[in-house]
Amino acid sequence: MFRRLASMPIVLFCVVSITFFLIRLSPGGPFDSERKIPPAIEKQLLAKYKLDGPLVTQYTGYLSDLLHGDLRLSTKYRNRSVNEILAQTLPVTLTLGASAFLLALMIGLWIGSFAAARPGTMAEGFSLMLTLLAISLPSFVLGPLLILIFSIKLAWLPVGGWGTPEQLLLPSITLALPFAAVIARLLHDSLRETLSEDFIRTARAKGLRETRIIYGHALRVAILPVVSYLGPLAANLLTGSIVVETIFHIPGAGGFFVNSILNRDGFLLGGVVIVYCLLLMIFNLLVDLSYSFLDRRIRQ
Amino acid sequence: MTGIDLPRNGRLPFLILLLMVAAVIFGPLFFRHSYDLPGELTYAPPSWSHPCGTDLDGRDLLIRILEGGRISLLVGLCGAGISLLIGTTYGLIAGSARSSIDNGMMRFVDILYSVPRLIFILIFINSFNERLQLAASAHGWNWLVGSSRLVILILSLGVIEWLTMARIVRGQTLALRERSYVAAARVLGQGYWAILWRHLLPNLAGIVLVYLTLAIPSVIIDEAFLSFLGLGVQAPQSSWGSLLAEGAASINPLRGAWWLLLFPSLALLTTLLALYNLGAALRRRLSAKSH
Repeated sequence: MFRRLASMPIVLFCVVSITFFLIRLSPGGPFDSERKIPPAIEKQLLAKYKLDGPLVTQYTGYLSDLLHGDLRLSTKYRNRSVNEILAQTLPVTLTLGASAFLLALMIGLWIGSFAAARPGTMAEGFSLMLTLLAISLPSFVLGPLLILIFSIKLAWLPVGGWGTPEQLLLPSITLALPFAAVIARLLHDSLRETLSEDFIRTARAKGLRETRIIYGHALRVAILPVVSYLGPLAANLLTGSIVVETIFHIPGAGGFFVNSILNRDGFLLGGVVIVYCLLLMIFNLLVDLSYSFLDRRIRQ
Repeated sequence: MTGIDLPRNGRLPFLILLLMVAAVIFGPLFFRHSYDLPGELTYAPPSWSHPCGTDLDGRDLLIRILEGGRISLLVGLCGAGISLLIGTTYGLIAGSARSSIDNGMMRFVDILYSVPRLIFILIFINSFNERLQLAASAHGWNWLVGSSRLVILILSLGVIEWLTMARIVRGQTLALRERSYVAAARVLGQGYWAILWRHLLPNLAGIVLVYLTLAIPSVIIDEAFLSFLGLGVQAPQSSWGSLLAEGAASINPLRGAWWLLLFPSLALLTTLLALYNLGAALRRRLSAKSH
């Protein structure tokens, strides 16, 4: 566990370096436009945004700014710092991500254990078919379809925007559903495997009720693959939220991310990537901790 | 070994895939000249002459879906092929190496799993596309200039989707290296690479092919994701992802051009479902065989 903690700064350093060089080594600068800027002004601009001097100096300068918690200025949204933009947009993205995370977990665990408790029945087959359908419905298919049905044809829910609970509903469902299906299948498979083990047979022989066996005994063991999926899940949710924010016009960090690529807004882009990676790493550490905790409790 | 004697529940998905591939390859040849150009009928709903309706420029949507399918399936197949190459090599080496090396290599895979890889690929594609185009035109590789974005897309999607393959292959290699015929080969004095090449790799072929059917849909989804954001395939070319983006942009309460969204979705959905079902059927048979 200590090794993992120690590897975090190294991974983060790699992430920062890769992002920096990917952006700085690409042809074209942030101030390229149709109209040529006079050289003197361009020089001043470059100096203001600390884009002058040799690449290595720029790199070390950027690293030291990052260590002081300064993500620098955005070159597109003039006079706004990346810290400021992220402070406004990140809570939105995190709210969306967290609600989708909980939703995916709830639906996935429910369907997975529901199907595993009914082996060989129509109900199991039907739920598994549904999960396969949901996995094949990526958010950019599901989102517009949900808008078409629930917002335009039925007019039950708002088309997009941000601020009210109703506006959160469709985006989180869109983001969560494919991953809920993945969790359901993971749990189903591992529950089926666990239910054929000896300690379950003992529990059955003791005359325990089937629901008690599944939720009281088997689930504790069978949940482990789901727990180890939580890390990749968080990464997928953050990536997916970019598309969902675009579809539902949500003012989160995802939209700024896409625009920063199109505008060559290097520091904004770097800021988003670095903060995303940092969040994911902290989350993964928590998942690892809880995994080893659960695992040890089972072994005892 | 796989592919010819399909399990029964894999036949329908396989047939659907064959039909889809045939439609995508040969479909556009039939009506190319009469339809692909901009027409007068903009936003026409589905009718007999335009089975899937027309778009903003009056282009027939069916043709666009078939042509977009060419790109989507091509990217899916080639990207998955590259991921197979990388994943198999990596997994094979990790599974047959000393346990300390194995641990390190698999830890690296774990880290990559929890990093938003697609985001890095996005940056990579968009910063290196122009560079590749410049290099291509400098060397006179004209074929590359037009499709540089496609090539870079395929390469980079292959580079991010190999992780699952590596895990599977490594697990299988760990199991295989304990088999007696591997021990026998070692006793007979065959070297490390010979054992890898002659004994381990042929026995991995089955499981690798099965997981290829699961890698293709993830690459197709990734490509659609990028194109949906407008950062993948660019304008004259289209893929299912960019068609979906157009469809999503065209739905609004005033003029709901639902067909622009529905038909590309159906094409993508059918393909993905068929691939997943085929993969599941093959995997089930493989695990039944090994038990």
